[in-house]
Amino acid sequence: MYDIASLHRAVSVEDALRALAANENALVISGGTDVLVQNREGRHAGAALVSIHDLEEIRGVSLLENGDILIGAATCFTDLTNSPIIQSHIPMLGLAADEVGSPQIRNAGTIGGNVCNGVTSADTAPSLLALDAELELRSLEGERRVPLEAFYTGPGRTVRRRDELLCFLRIRPDSYHNVGGCYIKYGKRNAMEISTLGCAVALRLRDGVIERVRVAYGVAGPTPARCAAAEVAALGKPATAQTVEQTADAAVRALHPRTSWRASREFRLQLSHELLKRAMTQAIANAGGNADV
Amino acid sequence: MYNTLNMTVNGQPVCVAVEEGEALLDTLRDRLGLTSVKRGCEVGECGACTVLIDGRAVDSCLYLSLWAEGRSVLTVEGLRTDTGELTPLQQAFVDEAAVQCGFCTPGIIMSAVELLESGRTYTRDELRKLISGHLCRCTGYENILNALERVVGKR
Amino acid sequence: MSVHSSIPRVDAVAKVTGQAKYTADLVPPNALYAKIVHATITNGLVKRIDGAQAQQVPGFVKLVTCFDAPKTLFPTPGHPWSVEKAHQDVCDRRLLDERVRLYGDNIAVVIARTPLAAAKAARLVRVEYEEYPPLLSPRQALLPGAGALHAQKPDNLLARSSFTVGEGTYADAVASEPDCVELVRTYDTQTVQHCHLELAQSMAYMEGDRIVVVSSTQIPHIIRRIIGQALSLPLGKIRVVKPYIGGGFGNKQDALVEPLAAWLTTLVGGRCVFLELTREETFTATRVRHAISFDIRALVRRDGTLVARKLTAYSSQGGYASHGHSIVANSAAVFKQLYHDQRVLEADALTVYTSLPTGGAMRGYGIPQIDFAAECMADDLCRMIGMDPVDFRLRNCTPEGYVDPHTGITFHSYGMRECLLKGREAFGWDEKRRAFQHQTGPKRRGVGMANFIYKTGVHPISLETAAARLTLNQDGSVMLQSGATEIGQGADTVLTQMAAEALGLSPERVHIVSTQDTDFTPFDLGAYASRQTYISGMAVKRAAEALRRRILDYAAGLLGREAQSLDIRGDAVVDASSGETLRSMTDLAMEAQYSLQNAAHLSAEYTYHCKDNTFSSGACFAQVEVDIPLCKVKIERILIVHDSGRLINPQLAAAQAHGGVSMGVGYALYEEMLFDGKGKPLNDNLLDYKLPTSMDSPDVETLFVELDDPTGPYGNKALGEPPAIPPAPAIRNAVLHATGVAVDSLPLSPQKLYEHFVKAGLMRDIAKEVDA
Repeated sequence: MYDIASLHRAVSVEDALRALAANENALVISGGTDVLVQNREGRHAGAALVSIHDLEEIRGVSLLENGDILIGAATCFTDLTNSPIIQSHIPMLGLAADEVGSPQIRNAGTIGGNVCNGVTSADTAPSLLALDAELELRSLEGERRVPLEAFYTGPGRTVRRRDELLCFLRIRPDSYHNVGGCYIKYGKRNAMEISTLGCAVALRLRDGVIERVRVAYGVAGPTPARCAAAEVAALGKPATAQTVEQTADAAVRALHPRTSWRASREFRLQLSHELLKRAMTQAIANAGGNADV
Repeated sequence: MYNTLNMTVNGQPVCVAVEEGEALLDTLRDRLGLTSVKRGCEVGECGACTVLIDGRAVDSCLYLSLWAEGRSVLTVEGLRTDTGELTPLQQAFVDEAAVQCGFCTPGIIMSAVELLESGRTYTRDELRKLISGHLCRCTGYENILNALERVVGKR
Repeated sequence: MSVHSSIPRVDAVAKVTGQAKYTADLVPPNALYAKIVHATITNGLVKRIDGAQAQQVPGFVKLVTCFDAPKTLFPTPGHPWSVEKAHQDVCDRRLLDERVRLYGDNIAVVIARTPLAAAKAARLVRVEYEEYPPLLSPRQALLPGAGALHAQKPDNLLARSSFTVGEGTYADAVASEPDCVELVRTYDTQTVQHCHLELAQSMAYMEGDRIVVVSSTQIPHIIRRIIGQALSLPLGKIRVVKPYIGGGFGNKQDALVEPLAAWLTTLVGGRCVFLELTREETFTATRVRHAISFDIRALVRRDGTLVARKLTAYSSQGGYASHGHSIVANSAAVFKQLYHDQRVLEADALTVYTSLPTGGAMRGYGIPQIDFAAECMADDLCRMIGMDPVDFRLRNCTPEGYVDPHTGITFHSYGMRECLLKGREAFGWDEKRRAFQHQTGPKRRGVGMANFIYKTGVHPISLETAAARLTLNQDGSVMLQSGATEIGQGADTVLTQMAAEALGLSPERVHIVSTQDTDFTPFDLGAYASRQTYISGMAVKRAAEALRRRILDYAAGLLGREAQSLDIRGDAVVDASSGETLRSMTDLAMEAQYSLQNAAHLSAEYTYHCKDNTFSSGACFAQVEVDIPLCKVKIERILIVHDSGRLINPQLAAAQAHGGVSMGVGYALYEEMLFDGKGKPLNDNLLDYKLPTSMDSPDVETLFVELDDPTGPYGNKALGEPPAIPPAPAIRNAVLHATGVAVDSLPLSPQKLYEHFVKAGLMRDIAKEVDA
């Protein structure tokens, strides 16, 4: 039994937005795998929940005519992983979603919730950053689009206002066409893990040279974030083991992971270095190159 | 506040009054007497409360009962045939000694039913991943995997 | 044969259908729910409790606080009570106490109409404290001026024991053997928790002036005694019922919430009160495996002969005595038993109160800890003298015919050397040991092994007693009642097999009553010390033999024959020599029940007082691949070889080994309860406490050396706990073989391996480069 004041089961996005606007204690609940856990701990006790659990209009993955891939925020991780569009165009995202929690959690938890909870360990966030994902936020006042890169403001904090609903995540063709990507999650055990560190690399090659590259980390800082220094180090370089090593060296000099009881800063730097190397080597392979020594 | 919830549970239509904050785990156990659904952590980390909702394995502790409106819920109680025989999956758990204390067993069986319904077969490594949302402290999972392999394994 | 065969578990069908009822499944609809208010400081005193806000929560029924609780001190461990005062368990706990000794200590309870109301109200109880500094390690708690956690023990030393085996002192041996190599090292083990999937819980209600407690416990009869002590009530007023339980692993060999639940029902007019701990509470407010620190000195000749050892062990007890010193005393005993020293062994063991979760019984009872230390010691010695680890053990391990010099426990059926040899052969030890030498590169393989020894039950330290009752049903089947508890290990099944064997009936004709109820279940101490198959099994065997004699005597009267000429086979009374069926058991039972002339209700009961003991032993072999840059260990292969006597049910025996090894793998690589600088738990949940998942538990190869032990009912001896003992040191030694890094503490977590690998120069020091 959860300590809530009310549960509004929204029948449409419009209905959800009205419910959010009408009550300043209203909170969005989607898959429930974060909100309910927090409620049990006493956070948001007595909250008025606005459920978008059943909203078909913001579920599923579609490929638009202009090549944009539109992901409904209420799409659960399992559906994301199993989506033929995701599998054929941005497999790294489906694989990242398959790293979340457990099979049951992946059947319930949603990509929108993973992004909106604002935590640095969110498994889909580094891949979404590496794919330049753009978020479509709606409120009764209208819609605005925010690049994921500009979404996070601090641990557990985002630019989303309480009365706004994340409806879609958009990935543009330039971010995935001919792009090879890879996300590696590091956990202490091999399932049911919160990420100790995660690294995503997405890149495109032309004649063996890296012509476009994104590197993003989770848990290497207070929020998921791209690593500009790594991208600069890799851009325009040949897709070789040496470039990979140099990119990793550049990355760790720009990162500021912290020490927590889960892992020390020093160990996280080691992981940042090694995971980048492994993710980038795989991304190069996925992009048609070969950086294996 | 109480709400009326209409759903199908183990093949039978059910109408039950539930509170808005009620988890399906509580509704199934306390209102419908389906005590195979076990409480082990209440936060989706152990899998003991796993049931199928419209054929998908879900931690019922993290599922608000009202979300089940119009849906079909399946628990281990719904698995036996009308003549009372065990399903081949349950029989495999018996034969392979995949049961010890039995507390995680109903939940794992429900995840296995989801796999069975897919009509696919799975490698042992795939099965390891697909039941990784269930903690078992007794068996080391080995005989559970053996039981699953008998029913949905790839040979 | 009913024994030595893999019949299906007798409780399997009930468990795969959801029919098996556990404590929470039996709570009646109108029950009240209790929620404990836990201290939010680690060491101190409750000054004031304010329940004004809590009372406003709809559904609130009652708040009881430490100031209301009886002053009675009671013990909690599930030991047989000793009639000698000196050997009685330590009484140091109250139902609720204003003296806070660990974070989360029980200081008040809210009773409410729903679990949510109880939880909400408990959260609103305001508490004022006087706070003292936490004592987070035995060495710290022993410092002068540390402050006493319990007034009876001003220096926090709960108990200390020491012994010497052999001649002279360790120092003498060092002085007189100048050519020896000496190892001086400290090995540390961590705090882990049982993590039975079913939470700790009890419900209690009254019938007239008697209290009924239904509980998830391994030890119903002992729990009844403890409730009586805690509530100062005669035992006859208390009834304890144990339904199916969702795992115990020793945690439930302790009074956890039973005395409190029993007290609470008396405060609400005997209404049913259900007290179920959450997972978080189960971590901090029940029991844990003791973290023990072992200072070891060992002297070895260059030919591999172990000359002398010296052990000092510091056991962190946590806030309350529970099983207390018995645990580390068992560690020291096993250190003595596992190796033979040419000259001398000195051992000193201290159990120290600390302001941490209370240490209690957990699968292996102090032995996983000492086996880690002893088997690390062995491999570290081997590296110093360049000796093969299996050879070292063969040279120095417990000898055949071993008799413990203190307890007289005898190694009746000796399979230790055979386990080592069989494991070496089956694992391909020698080839792998060679093949993995001199590796380079980021991923390296290694093999390691560890040996162990384990006694069976608690004789002669404590009483060993068990009783069983058999009643002939009218259909010729029998009801079997035993006080031994099924906790998942398969007790009901093997006891059924033993009764069937002794009676000459098929196992399907033996119906075991799984529930224990102290009102009608014969007395037994319960599930611990891997004792039930050995001790309760003997009670069942003897009761079954007695019933068999009664049946045959009765049949002799009916048939006009000598009882000696009859036998029971194929569920019928037969002519012993020809095998001819003379009367089916069904016909005989019906006659016995209803015949006007010959009615004779046939039953038998037997109480067995075991006055013997024997050792089990075995060895574990592990192959790992270490991913050095990621600081991760993958177990590629793991083999465990057991010397557990004859197996009653080989399939269930292997299943025990799988689960024990999985627990050992968790101990080796993943599991550890962590606390902040104030003693507050950091990872008291199943996400952050890393129980192995199906993706972390390797398939286990199991081998058994089946020697017939003359003291067991069917040649059997301990098996339940042993598989959890040797995996951790075997894995640690495999990592040592792979990397040359000798980790001296558990678990081999990535963070710890990172620090070791950087220090050993196995990889770049990225952080140092960044900081430079």
